This record gives sequence, structure tokens and C-alpha cells, in this order.
Amino acid sequence: MRTDRLFKILFVALTVFCAGALPVQAKEKMIQAKGSDTIVNLSQAWAEAFMTENPEVNLAVTGGGSGTGIAALINGTTDIANASRKIKKKELDDAQKAGYYPEEFKVAIDALAVIVNPANPVKELTIDQLSGIFTGKITNWNEVGGKDQKILVLSRERNSGTHMYFLEQVLRKGNEKGPEQFAPSVLMLPSSEAIINETSTSESAIGYDGLGYVTPKVKTIAVAAKSGGPFVQPSRETATNRTYPIWRFLYMYTGFKPRGEIKAFINFALSEKGQKIVEEMGFVPLGEK
Amino acid sequence: MRKFREAIIEKAILLNGFACILFVILIFVFLAKDGLTLFRTITIQDFLFGRIWSPLAEPPQFGILPLFLGSLVVTLGAAVISVPLGIACAIFIGEIAPRWMRETLKAGVELLAAIPSIVIGFIGMTMLGPVVKNLFHLPTGLTALTGSIALAFMAIPTMVSIMEDAITSVPRTYKEGSLALGATHWQTIYRVIIPAASSGIVAAIMLGIGRVIGETMAVMMLTGNASVIPKTILAPVRTMTATIAAEMGETVRGSEHYFSLFAIGLVLFGITFLINFLADMARHRKRQ
Repeated sequence: MRTDRLFKILFVALTVFCAGALPVQAKEKMIQAKGSDTIVNLSQAWAEAFMTENPEVNLAVTGGGSGTGIAALINGTTDIANASRKIKKKELDDAQKAGYYPEEFKVAIDALAVIVNPANPVKELTIDQLSGIFTGKITNWNEVGGKDQKILVLSRERNSGTHMYFLEQVLRKGNEKGPEQFAPSVLMLPSSEAIINETSTSESAIGYDGLGYVTPKVKTIAVAAKSGGPFVQPSRETATNRTYPIWRFLYMYTGFKPRGEIKAFINFALSEKGQKIVEEMGFVPLGEK
Repeated sequence: MRKFREAIIEKAILLNGFACILFVILIFVFLAKDGLTLFRTITIQDFLFGRIWSPLAEPPQFGILPLFLGSLVVTLGAAVISVPLGIACAIFIGEIAPRWMRETLKAGVELLAAIPSIVIGFIGMTMLGPVVKNLFHLPTGLTALTGSIALAFMAIPTMVSIMEDAITSVPRTYKEGSLALGATHWQTIYRVIIPAASSGIVAAIMLGIGRVIGETMAVMMLTGNASVIPKTILAPVRTMTATIAAEMGETVRGSEHYFSLFAIGLVLFGITFLINFLADMARHRKRQ
């Protein structure tokens, strides 16, 4: 009978489905890490190295953005939230309301390089000039010593912690609640790759990207914190000794004081071996505090 | 026993039917709950007709007019490109192509629908963008037009497949009558078959447009996402879908910004609902 067979198939499917939904009786310990797309590759590299050393622990790393990660922490769906920005006051309040006491760990340093097309003669800019360019006050390259050419301004999307950081530290010059804002005409690109691609093909472009993403197809700009101050090229050294002005910490947050495997994982990330991975992934190790 | 079994099957099918509707309603309620919260702090006029989208500013501004117009420009552009191409393609497959070619072509067009949008976005970014940039001497290739072209290719499969069904379901007698009266093949297609299939064609166009307006990934990669009110199709634009996708990840849950993204979702839901409704009306007009 046809229907009989259908029933059997349904039954088998249902059984398999239910079995799959049962909690896997844990020989393995599961850790979830979720959040910033800036750190997702770094976090994955840590996780892989950590899992080879501790095969009984299973680490799942997902991206989605710092906000997503922290929201997941508050909802209790992740153990670790990766963030490329500090947790916001409102998020901290929400977490406490939900019964969590987030702990913060600085895990690496990310230097942001300001990049232009290699054909662009401009070599150095001050933070003030950068702020002017990205807020739309400066619209032509000849205002900052370049050719008579309209500036094509590129930014990462608002979902990126990099965008937030650049907004607060460069556009607003460190005053987090300042009035400055990206000009509406700024192109918002969804990935670091897109910024590099667009900068390398468009002569009038300027953009910013994590130091780890910079390729020889684009030119980095030397940046000075104050007008007349020393112009510094971004590099691992200048970020480590803090002479290059545009750098930030990358964070991990846990819901409680970490214990067990989670603590082991964070300690691993902060260890010499973990910080070596930071360097391999194109970020800057924490170095001496 | 058999009756009992049949009753169970019937109920199960009924339940499934209701489940689909229930999900739509639940999604709508979820959207509305968060989306409408925004209007406690912001008026609807400021939201719909505000000219500045600047959610991270102090104070933030949530005017979706540039985003709405961005979506509109990209969608219209895609429609202008895809509708003639789609109709021509459907006529060729349905009426002109020999039988052996028909099957291959149809399968090919439908395969186009299987290409993930991120792949189209990537191809568009690396191949199409530079072409548009050099062709029109623009500072950047990431413009509304680039997005429109890519989206047109994503809308064509939907359109062609439904249009072709409409064309082939025109009764043979119409065609034979026309030919018997001495009309040429082209006259028959133009004067008889297309009018007879028009409701299906309109429905196909509507559904194609529905697909375009809801598309996110390719648009986000190709249109530059600058939230300015577009003056030409050669300017970068920011669409509503790209805004939601791009900003949801980093926003603080429960903030005004978060609710404003849901409100955009609500607007999009309304638009898609309207388009599907119109497509349905067009399709049913035929039956009367």
C-alpha cells in the first residue's frame, strides 16, 4: 500500500529528526563565541589551535557583528561575545537586568590604516584633515595637497565595529558623543575586501581598513594626531609603541567571571602562543601593558 | 480504519495549510511590535519623509526618504532592463523556438535563478562595476545602475518562467484562428497571444519586481550604499534592504536605531504585500 509506505517514511524521518534534536550527551564541552566580524577569523584561528591542544573541547565561532554578539550574551545563547568596540552602557544595563555580569578582556590590538590609490600623490594627512574629508567638509584632493579631483570617500558599513571606531576616534577626534557624522555621500561598503578593491581601482578614492587587510594594491597614508605633529606610517611597530594614532583594542566579553574551559580559552588567547596567532592574522599583539 | 487514517491525513494537511498563514502572521506581529515602538519617539512623517538617514549621529535622524528612493531607483532600473528582455525571452521560448531548444532554454533560464545572490554580487563588483565606471567616466562603478543590471538578471528567471506558462496556456484555437485569417506569425504573437496572456505577463512582472525589491546581498555589494537622495541612476544609492542587513549586526538591541530598522522592515513588508496583491489581482482578472 502506498499510504503505508508513506507512513513508514514519515515515521523514520520523525525518529531521525527527534534523535537529532536530543541534546548530545556531552563527552565534549561546547563553547560558543559570537560577535564582531573583525575578529571572527582571528577567533577561529585561536579556536582551531585551542581545540588541537584540548580535543575534548568544542568551540563554535560565528560572526554577525559586535552588537549581535553582545545581544547573544545577554540572551544567554553564547558564552563569549567578541567585540571590536567597548560594551555600551545600555547593553551593560540590559545584561545586569538579565542577571549577567559581563567581564571584559582585551585580547588584541587592531591598527586602522587610511588607504588611497597608489597613483594619488598625497602621502600624509592629519586627523583634522581626515575628519574634514569623511564629514564632507573637504571635498577636493587639492585642499589637502593633491590633484584637482573630487574625493571619493569610502567607509565600512555601520554594522562594523571598525566604522564605529573610525567615527568616534577620527571623525569626532576622540569625543565619542561629538556632532560629527559621516557625510551622506560617503560610500558604505560591506567588507574590507570591497574597500581594498574600490581603492585600488579608483584614483580619487580614500578609505580605511584594518592593517591586516592592506595589500600592495593600495597605499597607506602617514597620519599625524595634531597638525604639525610627526606623521607616522601604520605598521606593527608603530601600533605596538602607540605612536601611530589610529588603533583600538579588540575585546572578548563573558557573561560571568569565566571558569573551566572558557577561562582556559581566554587564557590561551592571551598567552604567548595566542598572541603569536594575533600577529599571524595581521593584527597587533597586546605587547607590554 | 481507512476512514480514520484518511481523517488524520486530511487534518494534517489542513494544519500545514494553516501553519503557513500562521507563520506569516507571527512574522508580521513580530515586525509590527518592534517596528511600531519607534513611533513613540519619532513621528511617522519624520520617518517616512525625513531626508537624512543618520542613525549614529547625536541626535540621530531616521528619515528613510533617501533609502526609499534608492530602492525605487534600483527597482525601476532593473524593471526597465528585465521586462523587455524577459518578455522577449518568454515569447521566444514559448512560441518561436523549436521543441528541442525550448527545453534546454527553459532549463538554462531556470538555472539562472539558482545562482546565489552573493555570487552575482561578487561578479558584479569585480566585472560589472569597472565596466560601468569606465563607460560613463564615473569616480566609482558602485552605482544604482550597476545594482539594477545585476538585479535584472536575478528577476529574469522568475519573470520568464511565469510568462512562458502564461503564453503556452493561451488556447491553441486562438492562434490557429488568427493564422487561418491570414495573420503572420508575428502578427499573431503581437495581436493575439500577448493580449490573451497579458494577465499572466503582468503577474510575472509584479513577482519579478517583488524579488528585486527584496533582494539584499547583491544590492549591498553593488550600489555603494551612500544614503543620499539619488539624482541620477549613475549615483551610488542606499536601499532599504541593504540598510537593514548592514546595520542590524552592530546596533544596540532595544535602541531607537534597532526599532527603526524594524520599521523599515515593516515598510518593505507593506510594499511586497502590495506587489503580491496586485500580481494576484492581475492573475485572477483572466478567470473572469
